[in-house]
Amino acid sequence: MKIAYYPGCTLKADARHFEESAIESFRALGIELEELPRWNCCGTVFSFATDNVMYHLAPVRNLLRVREQGKDTVLTLCSMCFNTLKRANKLFNEDAEKRDKITGIMDNENLVYDGKTQVKHALELLRDEIGLQSLREKVGQGLKGVRLAPYYGCMLLRPDGLGIDDAENPTLFQDVLRALGAEAASYPFQGECCGAYQTVMQPEVVGERTYVLVDGARRSGADAIVVSCPLCAFNLDQRQGIAGRLHSDFDAMPVFYITECLHLALGLGFKEEWKRLHHVPVDAFLEKLHRSQNVAGAVKRQRSNIRE
Amino acid sequence: MKGVPSRKIGVFVCHCGKNIAGIVDVKRVVAAVARLPYAAFVTDYKYMCSQPGQDMIRDKIKEEKLDAVIVAACTPNLHEATFRKAGAEAGLNPYCVEMANIREQCAWVHQGDKEAATRKAVEIISSMIQKAALDNPLSGDSIAITKRALVIGGGVAGIQAALDIADAGYEVVLVEREPSIGGHMAQLSETFPTLDCAQCILTPKMVAAGAHPRIRIMAWSEVREATGFVGNFKVKIERKASGVDWTKCTGCGICMEKCPTTVASEFDRGLGKRKAIYSPFPQAVPNKPVIDRQHCLHYTKNKCGICKKLCEVGAVDFDLNPEIVEEDVGAIIVATGYDLYPTERLGEYGAGKIPDAIDSLAFERLLSASGPTAGEIRRPSDGKIPETVVFVQCSGSRDPEKHKPYCSRICCMYTTKQAMLYKHSVHNGQAYIFYIDIRSGGKNYEEFVERAQSEGVVYIRGKVSRIFQNGDKVTVMGVDTLAARPVRIDADLVVLAMAMVSRSTTEELRKILKIITDANGFFTEAHPKMDPLGTTTRGIYLAGCGQAPRDVPDTVAQASGAAGKVIGLFSHDRLPLDPMIVCVDEELCAGCGLCVSVCPYDARELDVKRKKAIVKEALCKGCGACMVACPNSATIHRNFSKKQILKMIDAVI
Repeated sequence: MKIAYYPGCTLKADARHFEESAIESFRALGIELEELPRWNCCGTVFSFATDNVMYHLAPVRNLLRVREQGKDTVLTLCSMCFNTLKRANKLFNEDAEKRDKITGIMDNENLVYDGKTQVKHALELLRDEIGLQSLREKVGQGLKGVRLAPYYGCMLLRPDGLGIDDAENPTLFQDVLRALGAEAASYPFQGECCGAYQTVMQPEVVGERTYVLVDGARRSGADAIVVSCPLCAFNLDQRQGIAGRLHSDFDAMPVFYITECLHLALGLGFKEEWKRLHHVPVDAFLEKLHRSQNVAGAVKRQRSNIRE
Repeated sequence: MKGVPSRKIGVFVCHCGKNIAGIVDVKRVVAAVARLPYAAFVTDYKYMCSQPGQDMIRDKIKEEKLDAVIVAACTPNLHEATFRKAGAEAGLNPYCVEMANIREQCAWVHQGDKEAATRKAVEIISSMIQKAALDNPLSGDSIAITKRALVIGGGVAGIQAALDIADAGYEVVLVEREPSIGGHMAQLSETFPTLDCAQCILTPKMVAAGAHPRIRIMAWSEVREATGFVGNFKVKIERKASGVDWTKCTGCGICMEKCPTTVASEFDRGLGKRKAIYSPFPQAVPNKPVIDRQHCLHYTKNKCGICKKLCEVGAVDFDLNPEIVEEDVGAIIVATGYDLYPTERLGEYGAGKIPDAIDSLAFERLLSASGPTAGEIRRPSDGKIPETVVFVQCSGSRDPEKHKPYCSRICCMYTTKQAMLYKHSVHNGQAYIFYIDIRSGGKNYEEFVERAQSEGVVYIRGKVSRIFQNGDKVTVMGVDTLAARPVRIDADLVVLAMAMVSRSTTEELRKILKIITDANGFFTEAHPKMDPLGTTTRGIYLAGCGQAPRDVPDTVAQASGAAGKVIGLFSHDRLPLDPMIVCVDEELCAGCGLCVSVCPYDARELDVKRKKAIVKEALCKGCGACMVACPNSATIHRNFSKKQILKMIDAVI
């Protein structure tokens, strides 16, 4: 199966490991991500300005590119792209006045978007196309022996009805992690704000958020946090430095993208160059995973020896 | 003209103060209408419904020898009865008095365009003149009334209504779904704003209802079918299989004492235990047990049978079947009450999975002297006395996007009461109340809130965003909008003032009784202001929280009001029927039966022998659906014939 894929800016820069791990993992699962030949900025955030539809032009243009390829579904990895594209799509389909305005602006380029692109997030693809049961069977041992804390952030879940799961009580991320063989930690902050763009002007505010979120994950016994948004990843990973400065009792914890976990679970390994893109070192985590798998493997070998 | 009666019609145009005259040029209307056919007398007056206005109509009917009268004023819903009565007093058949609505359907909706409003008023009146010219003088039949009432629901509303009707000398059948009457009020601890004990004021009424010679309590029963009409309902009530022959049972309680199976008590909101053979609480009326077939070992595993062995009077009978009882009643009061919106629906408040985040009725049980902790406030998880309690108002209420849009109305007050009672019980304890705004409209209610504040209850204006288990604490994250800062409280117990919702059985009962519910599932009153106790079906009345959330005083007042309506109905021996219904021209009727299938009121029937459709006059509401469906034009609405309607249309186009 092939699916149109919209990367977005960060996946070509600081989140290269997010993209690489996704492309390789989905390929292993029989899904080829076909990057759109032309794409532009997703719009970054869905604009609430009611009187200026210009802001919606970028996402709508991307949705149109999908249709130009003869496709009706586009996959995103970044939660922010997912949210912006999906909301702009909804606006385009439900607000006739704004739709006409947006179409009017693109008029001289002879571009008309029919509103029929479906926006899917990678987690939804795992649930709906591959199926969590069959994923569980495919990964075998997978991430057995580690405990992972999913972090949804805001963009995957809100507004209600547009997100990948119930906004107040989501379970999809946990379900996927369990399907990968890991234990899924449950902690109350999985949908709390990471501080978002405050990270630019007020990094201490984000450092404080990071402390609360990472500390919450640690208390739930997690070995690492798993995200699907480059901004969440930046705040939760990079800002652990500030969190540590602000709180002496702070313990650092590595932060992974969901597709890195998928990559690991499928036995495709963890690339050396990805490590440089992580702020908090990941070696101890990988070591723990390795060890527990060796133990599990040894037990399995022992059992089969006994049987023989 | 052949077939057209020569009629002298009087038209009386009302100013309704400025309501009509401020927009419609009344003088021009009078002049224009005076030129129309049949218009024998046309005039206007400031308030036609006033005494001088009505006097003028009566005088002119006699003086001008009018055959019909049109009052051009407000909606017929408001004053049709008034003017028909006035016409009748002057010797005119009341059904020859019509109203032309030039207020709601004209002046009020065309305030910006006086010219158009004036023209439209003339058109509305000219159309009505065409109808009145063909109106027949009608007289109605009457039917006998069964002077016996059915009250559905044995909470405080049903009990009060039943007592009032019975005290007035009429028989009442009081149907209750649970094993005992008492409803939610029996679960409450003390009541605001006086803090008198709910049990102490309710149980005497329960006993009075149980002992009343004219009240027949049918507990553990449900209404399954209702047919008929005002004064003459036939109701089928299912007496559910209780496993105990109540005619033999003495209520000694040995069966409940010795039953080996314990289950969570619904009455105690799961905080206490009951047996598989049980009555919900010790003061139950009737004080007879029922067997819970889901848990009883006899029904689940075909063993035990201890209760049967021990019962001295042989009342336990596992093979008892449900029984359908038929009752004839003349009026019905629906007093089915409320449920709480389930905590499971609020994911952000723990989705019902946090043991120490409980709903407000569960907290009532913790406060109640007869509750599972005998009135000591101990939290469910570990029995610890909570040092910090957070109350969250509007849990599921006032949340149009995700939950219930309405205010549940009583939570501000009972939360205040609960926090106050908590402080009385745990002196050093800290009580916080998160609120949107305090709605304390009621006698002595605001003073009660002030008292709670002076007793140290802390009110925080703002909503709670998240509640989660945090070690042995329950953490509440919220906002204080007055201080403009986020709030985090690590509480020992959280009490959620869940939204009040209509009973899960409401929809089923709505279909059985053929009455209406609103968008939120509450029963709809006949008119929100002028008939708040009635329903759209005559003879069926509403009381209590099945209609909308309300507190005990309002519920009791409403129940007495509904009872008064029933007593008023029963004060007549016969009930006049509205003659504005359909009849059948049998020469034209081919007996096809289309009218039977379209009638929403079961008022049409086919006389198979004669192959003619007939009208059950007591059931017909005069909606006209059958007249439209009749392919032969054999069904005729007595004063809304097709001819009249066509003439009315002709007049306006």
